[in-house]
Amino acid sequence: MSSDWPLWEVFVRGRRGLSHTHAGSLHAPDAEMALRNARDLYTRRSEGVSIWVVPASVITASSPDEKDPFFEPASDKAYRHPTFYEVPEGVRNL
Amino acid sequence: MTDSTAALLARPELALADDALVLSHRLGEWAGHAPVLEEEVALANIALDLLGQARALYGELGDEDELAYLREERQFRNCQLTEQPNGDFATTIVRQLFFSRWQELLYGQLTDRPLAVKAVKEVAYHRDHAEHWTLRLGDGTPESHERAQRAVDDLWRYTGELFQPLEGLTVEGHPVDWDTLRVSWDGYVADVLDRATLRVPESPRQSGWRAGAGRQGLHTESFGRMLAEMQHLHRSHPGARW
Repeated sequence: MSSDWPLWEVFVRGRRGLSHTHAGSLHAPDAEMALRNARDLYTRRSEGVSIWVVPASVITASSPDEKDPFFEPASDKAYRHPTFYEVPEGVRNL
Repeated sequence: MTDSTAALLARPELALADDALVLSHRLGEWAGHAPVLEEEVALANIALDLLGQARALYGELGDEDELAYLREERQFRNCQLTEQPNGDFATTIVRQLFFSRWQELLYGQLTDRPLAVKAVKEVAYHRDHAEHWTLRLGDGTPESHERAQRAVDDLWRYTGELFQPLEGLTVEGHPVDWDTLRVSWDGYVADVLDRATLRVPESPRQSGWRAGAGRQGLHTESFGRMLAEMQHLHRSHPGARW
């Protein structure tokens, strides 16, 4: 029966100020039930303040074959990397 | 039965604790059998919430293990709705809808009890979960509709007992308002069933011999078997620990 249900990707925001982070996936008949299942599966120990569920079918993912063009740009252009800034002490979640 | 046992059995908190324990055990029976993994986790979560409520209430009355594992069937005060077998998924959901809405309304009135104030948030979720499933089963396929209607019809006779006043249950010195509770429950259930394209049964809420005796210790056939399974380990190995 579970295989008849669409797959949903679950994103949980741990606390205010953070972004939603992918927590996992689950099966559910529709969005409302997916939200409830996500609450039961991923936030039972007070992990979250907000949940998103997204049908897995609407996610367009990069393909492993395209790994190099996507993720390995030439690293000789140092100006692309923000390494010239000092991170002030005490700043978290940057 | 000693006088102190009789006094204990008359405590309204014991009835509430027994409701929670017995329904928790029934929901726990789904472990390993639920139609999908996601629902198994959901039902187990509800069961654990109820178990937590039962433990807190038993703790106010005496030793929780003794109360849960060493009482006889006739000494349990849960309403008969909570002990009804799981049946199919629709039966479990409708049983939960009926019970959770009642519990939500009752605990919502018990504003001077920290336990109830804490529990009512959990119970609102149980009710929400059951409501969403009732809508989907009732307004789903012909088979799910038929099963949901059968569950409503079969369980209806056990709902009358919910509104029998629990003697001694008070809020700041005043008795619980059972009439308001019943009217709210009726309105809510009628609305959910209507949205789920299900009928509110016209049959009476009490069977001929007055269902409603759970509060007096009279239980339905399957309860003895459930209790035997629940109490077996503790009775065979007194004091057993994990």
